[in-house]
Amino acid sequence: MSNNGSYDSRSGSSMERLYNGLVKENPTFVLMLGMCPTLAVTTSAMNGLGMGLTTMVVLALSNMIISLLRNIVPDKVRIPAFIVVIASFVTMVELLLEGFIPALYDALGLYIPLIVVNCIILGRAEAYASKNPVIPSLFDGIGMGLGFSFALTCIGAVRELIGAGEIFGFHIMPDAYVPCAIFIMAPGAFFVLAALTAIQNKIRINGEKKGRDMSKIQSGCNEDCMNCQDKGCSHRFYGASDGAKEKEAGKQTVKREDKALKADGRERE
Amino acid sequence: MSDLMKVSSNPHVRSKVTTSSIMLAVVVALLPAAGFGIYNFGLDALILIVVTVAATVFTEYAYEKLMGKKVTIGDYSAVVTGLLLALNLPSSAPWWIGAVGGVFAILVVKMLFGGLGQNFMNPALAARCFLLISFTSIMTNFDCDTYTGATPLAALKSGEGVNILDMVIGRTSGTIGETSMIAIVIGASFLVLLGVIDLRIPGSYIISFVIFICLFGGHGLDTAYISAHLAGGGLMLGAFFMATDYVTRPITKNGQYVFGILLGILTGIFRIFGPSAEGVSYAIIIGNLLVPLIEKATLPVAFGTKGGKRA
Repeated sequence: MSNNGSYDSRSGSSMERLYNGLVKENPTFVLMLGMCPTLAVTTSAMNGLGMGLTTMVVLALSNMIISLLRNIVPDKVRIPAFIVVIASFVTMVELLLEGFIPALYDALGLYIPLIVVNCIILGRAEAYASKNPVIPSLFDGIGMGLGFSFALTCIGAVRELIGAGEIFGFHIMPDAYVPCAIFIMAPGAFFVLAALTAIQNKIRINGEKKGRDMSKIQSGCNEDCMNCQDKGCSHRFYGASDGAKEKEAGKQTVKREDKALKADGRERE
Repeated sequence: MSDLMKVSSNPHVRSKVTTSSIMLAVVVALLPAAGFGIYNFGLDALILIVVTVAATVFTEYAYEKLMGKKVTIGDYSAVVTGLLLALNLPSSAPWWIGAVGGVFAILVVKMLFGGLGQNFMNPALAARCFLLISFTSIMTNFDCDTYTGATPLAALKSGEGVNILDMVIGRTSGTIGETSMIAIVIGASFLVLLGVIDLRIPGSYIISFVIFICLFGGHGLDTAYISAHLAGGGLMLGAFFMATDYVTRPITKNGQYVFGILLGILTGIFRIFGPSAEGVSYAIIIGNLLVPLIEKATLPVAFGTKGGKRA
């Protein structure tokens, strides 16, 4: 198939998946997904890291299973099927945490069962795992999970530093420092998230000015070019300005490509 | 001849009132309260006021320089914010409280939302609430050289008697600028006479607050209790100087009445049913957040359209 090569570059190698999840499509700072745990549990760096790693385990395993099931599950019931898979893993992780790390289990509390409805997990299942082979899906989950853990740990560390003068429980600030308690309360989460996202955007914009194309989101292509935000995508079949004829032609191309993708997926397995 | 041919775009008649003249009037009107605060609490209060004003003005200057924007510290709005914030701090607070509050008020509440006219809540009050949540023990410690013990409102809440004459003159503990009802009313009448503010918001605020206190205060029509509530705490300062902030009050006249009544009820709820003795700042901030809604609901009917139908 002529488009196999391009498909590979988009779905990417394992390393590309990890980089994508950590930096390019960081779920917290770029995709703005999973805001509920991001804002709620990051009162300290430890809690942030614990939440991130817990989510990563669920994300990687559910991505893998969903990718395995992607040709079996009918399209119409895919969301319930995803939820069942995710919920099973969350239950396992919850029981394991309760058994082996009870301190973290107590700290995270209700937010562990809530991982089931975490939009990152469902989002990756829908956008990536259900359309891609097993190994890239697994690494996509790990990469996204690492990105999430990284972001949560950053937010938690900043909040803990300003709000309590500590990082990971170690005193950092001099004794004269008066902790600014608002930062370990809900408003502080918004302040820190906004500030870190702004810094991240600044870096990205500076990079773009230097000529590096950092905005392009390449993964998670669901072949739905009509609703795709990625204007610079070389695989874009038709844009809003194109005529109806091209649209029709484009649709056919999409269908053909879709078949090719499926065939490719089976070969890989 | 050429002068006669000159054609310019409207407006052709301009008012002499500018942002800086209004802000300067507010600064002047705040001076009695600030002066009494310094007289009452001593040098600590003066230092705190100077630090806070310097912090707000410098933050605005630095932000606009760094972002390459027009420097607008000449309109005195940062001075007003700094002064109001300082008057809302207890005199025993360390100087850095004023600096942190000033930076937060200007940087986060005002500048990040687009500068003067774009802020969705009163910067001074938002900063006060930020400080109150962050450094609760410092912000609620009103002990100083002159006074120890509870503020009149706290005493009132715990059922102790208060000296109303002292509260009206201002010889009580409290934040720097809130204690003297006389000084605030002098400043406020200056603003009203100049036409900078009108009595719609303060009037409806205070009247609705008094009615609320009568109904739910548990003392009925007890004049002493009501006047203690009026003279105590930040009600006067809030009603005349902060609820009337041009940026964060409703534009429509009816909206201003609604806004005032809402503030009166909220302040009453916070003072009587809330855990702390004071609630003016939270009431005004919540009121600020509801302003867009109030404006939408009280939009006046356009002239010439049929009654009831909004254009």
